[in-house]
Amino acid sequence: MTQFEPVLLARVEQPNSHTLSTYEAAGGFAALRKVLGELDPAGVVDLVKRSNLRGRGGAGFPTGLKWTFLPKDHPGPIYMCVNADESEPGTFNNRILMEEDPHQVLEGTIIACYATRATTAYIYLRYEYPLAFERLEAAIAECYAAGYLGRNILGHDFSLDVYVHRGAAAYICGEETGLIESLEGKRAWPRIKPPFPAVEGLFRKPTVVNNVETLCCVTHIAARGAEWFTSIGVPPDPSNPRDPGSFGPKLYCLSGHVNRPGCYEAPLGITCRQLIDEFGGGVWKGRKAKAAIPGGISMGLLAESELDTPLDFAGPVRAGCLGLGTAAVVVLDETTSIVDFLHNSARFFQHESCGQCTPCREGTAWALSMLERIRAGRGRLRDLELLLEIADSIGIIPGTTICGLADGAAWPMKNAIRKFRGEFEEYIRRTNPAGAETAEPVAAMAMESVHG
Amino acid sequence: MATVVVDGIDVELGDRERLNGIQAARRAGIEIPHYCWHPGLSVVASCRMCLVETGTRRADTGEVTMLPKLVPACQTPAKDGTVFVTHSEKVRTARAQVEEALLIDHPIDCPICDKAGECYLQDYHFQHGQNERRADIRPFTSRRRDVGETVTLFVDRCVMCSRCVRFTREISGTSELLVINRGSHAEIDVVEGYPLANKLSGNVVDICPVGALGDKDFLYRQRVWFMKKHASVCTGCSTGCSIEIEENQDQVYRLRPRENAFINQWWMCDEGRYGYRHVHDPNRITTPTHRDANGQMPVDWSEVFTELPSKLRSAGRLAAVLSPHLTVEEAYLLATWIRRIDPAALLVLGHVPIVGADEHFPSGFSIHAEKCPNRRGVDEVLNHFGGEAVAWDELPARLEAGDIGGAWVTGGYKKNWVDAPTAEHFARLEILVVQDLFPSPLSELATYRLPAAAFAERSGSYVNHADRLQSVSRAIRPPSGVRIEGDVFWHLLGRRGLCNSRKVLDEVAEKIAFFAPASEAVPPTGLQLKQPQPALV
Repeated sequence: MTQFEPVLLARVEQPNSHTLSTYEAAGGFAALRKVLGELDPAGVVDLVKRSNLRGRGGAGFPTGLKWTFLPKDHPGPIYMCVNADESEPGTFNNRILMEEDPHQVLEGTIIACYATRATTAYIYLRYEYPLAFERLEAAIAECYAAGYLGRNILGHDFSLDVYVHRGAAAYICGEETGLIESLEGKRAWPRIKPPFPAVEGLFRKPTVVNNVETLCCVTHIAARGAEWFTSIGVPPDPSNPRDPGSFGPKLYCLSGHVNRPGCYEAPLGITCRQLIDEFGGGVWKGRKAKAAIPGGISMGLLAESELDTPLDFAGPVRAGCLGLGTAAVVVLDETTSIVDFLHNSARFFQHESCGQCTPCREGTAWALSMLERIRAGRGRLRDLELLLEIADSIGIIPGTTICGLADGAAWPMKNAIRKFRGEFEEYIRRTNPAGAETAEPVAAMAMESVHG
Repeated sequence: MATVVVDGIDVELGDRERLNGIQAARRAGIEIPHYCWHPGLSVVASCRMCLVETGTRRADTGEVTMLPKLVPACQTPAKDGTVFVTHSEKVRTARAQVEEALLIDHPIDCPICDKAGECYLQDYHFQHGQNERRADIRPFTSRRRDVGETVTLFVDRCVMCSRCVRFTREISGTSELLVINRGSHAEIDVVEGYPLANKLSGNVVDICPVGALGDKDFLYRQRVWFMKKHASVCTGCSTGCSIEIEENQDQVYRLRPRENAFINQWWMCDEGRYGYRHVHDPNRITTPTHRDANGQMPVDWSEVFTELPSKLRSAGRLAAVLSPHLTVEEAYLLATWIRRIDPAALLVLGHVPIVGADEHFPSGFSIHAEKCPNRRGVDEVLNHFGGEAVAWDELPARLEAGDIGGAWVTGGYKKNWVDAPTAEHFARLEILVVQDLFPSPLSELATYRLPAAAFAERSGSYVNHADRLQSVSRAIRPPSGVRIEGDVFWHLLGRRGLCNSRKVLDEVAEKIAFFAPASEAVPPTGLQLKQPQPALV
């Protein structure tokens, strides 16, 4: 732990960290020169595969493996989409990277494009990041001027154009095929798979979609080697043959009821409690934690007793959560109402469900209407059963939806109700003593408008 | 050959067949419920009603490995060894949940909904739904939104299957319909100022699995369970779309396309769909009349049959105008009869209305400029009889030659089709018989004016622009007083009983080489008479 040296955030506190000169002075673009000089594209793919780098966007899919799904000897064009539609509640690591160190993002993008033979990269940036937009645009201009982008990069037979595309602020655009649809100018309704984007993606051409942080990791793997990367983190669980391990540094976004919220770099596998205590300075106001979201709201909840869960790709799953997600830890102190937490979560997913698949479109709305009613003091104990039934039946995992948004909506419900059932029951009995036990349908409440 | 297993039943598929789970199950006689999937549209797999369990069976050991999660059958290809399980507990629970979810916001206004009786939501609820409402009870809402001239949208009934949106994008290529809002607020709409206005718009009502899209022409006019469906052919143009005529007590209420992979797939155009109103037009000619000094005076059919033949015989040279609205059988009978009276009779192909140019849609669907169903069929009948033949347009000039003494003109057009100057040329004839739907300057001049049958009242065969023959049976009885053309000719030929168009077709197939394939039974999708010639390379 003590000898861990941050690399992703190494430059962010330097003055003018977003400029090319600062980046180059700190050794920036050496990795690109090294890659272009020493390796062929297959070599880079192999390097990334050996590093066991897993995607940082949420699903944790092995990046090198994803690149190998591209068809061999494709005449092109192959597209690279950089997923910067960072919309998972509690997550802001991509923002720090793009605002404070955009050249690191670009260098990773250029190396990844070289590896995948992509000749065009689109950075799909969420609309709410105007500073990131400015800084990326400025950084791209600097890179073109310095020959890192454009035709025959650094004199090699490799050309690349990078464009920044600003989204229109929808959560679903962070889903890789939703992102592709949106880039094509369509409604961001995720596509059915197969075909996977690697075979038929943007403009029906082979496409790779990678997260900003993933690409930053690629830069450092290229500079320091796969062995350096696998020396950090957690090796695969020998009892689980499908676990590729959790290697490398990770940016953890700590927010909520802690003394020092922020984005911190730590090796994968740090426990939630360590993160809260060592980086976040403990729970605020001297209170105790009640629960914590392990990696963005869609991953579920860790109860206080589960805070020693290691935040690697496998840890939160063992505690009943969906996964590590974006590693955005949101701490709830002991005064927080779990009913309110779940209501807020349900409101988010009802608002962001794209409306394509029936179980998600209707399930998220139904869950929200029940939670609104529970909060308004008209809850029934039966509602908890219905909420759990909805939670257990929507999502990719039971197979009832096209994309993972519904899984994200389901897990907070499952975790909150199963781990804090007593609190829900107590709330319902206290606020609706007359009607708590009824199983009859009751009149719906007018839905609180989320459009304001 | 591929073998697919559906609920334990082995289904053999042809080598070139690429079916999905829904289609493969259908082969085994198993219906997998679905909303968003339509064989003519792209697959979106979004309604999730067709979720099934799937797996693979190893060819060598017969061992079956199932996937742990549910998959949409519409998106799952049926390959050799694919296993579908469509009635497991897990599948039934998933269906019940989708049904329940769709009904949360649905107004459940079946008693006032046109779709009731043919609604997927209704049918599937009875088959797969829950028997109690568990969601909160909502106040009744029914928002109606006009999306175009032909179609209205009942917003709250929609299940967001997006079939209509895909139709306007993929089939008509006009993209008027779109989804607005997000999540549970999503609705179908059009952009203001760009309503649903394409020549195929009525199809969106057919493909709507629920009562969301209503056909303004049909709205509130008839409950679907009162109507009887009759397989027929659209006579609006030479495409000859396969259709169903839906009627109740001889009143046609709507026409809908009938699936025919060779002609119209699943679609028909609005012109054909709404082109049935003339059938019930009160201005139709319904009694035979004879012209005397007082004008057209009603006569009895028996008088027509006894007096007409002898009058024609004594009129000198005859001409018969065979309308392209006649069936092959009717054209054949009329030509046979006229040539029996006058072996030198002039045979004329009736007026072939051409409106605009042929129109082709991205899906391959075509609307033809030739606005009649049987120009090809009548043409071939005329070829067979030979002798002097002129086109309708040349007939008036030909009459000026003075050797023609009598003419029999058949019509059957949806409206008056002869102008007064053209009709003038017929005034010189000794005898003129006009058999038509509506009065016209020509029928005013007629010695005998006979009522004709409308398309829904005829039986017989039509040959479309691509030489595909389709046979139809009458869907409704003609109005009292009207005798179907075929019947009249049959009677004039002295044949016994009612006109049997199948017998006539056998005769036609025997005598005319072009129609030879029709000696076999004509399948519901028709019969190709002449194979299209491959283009010369």
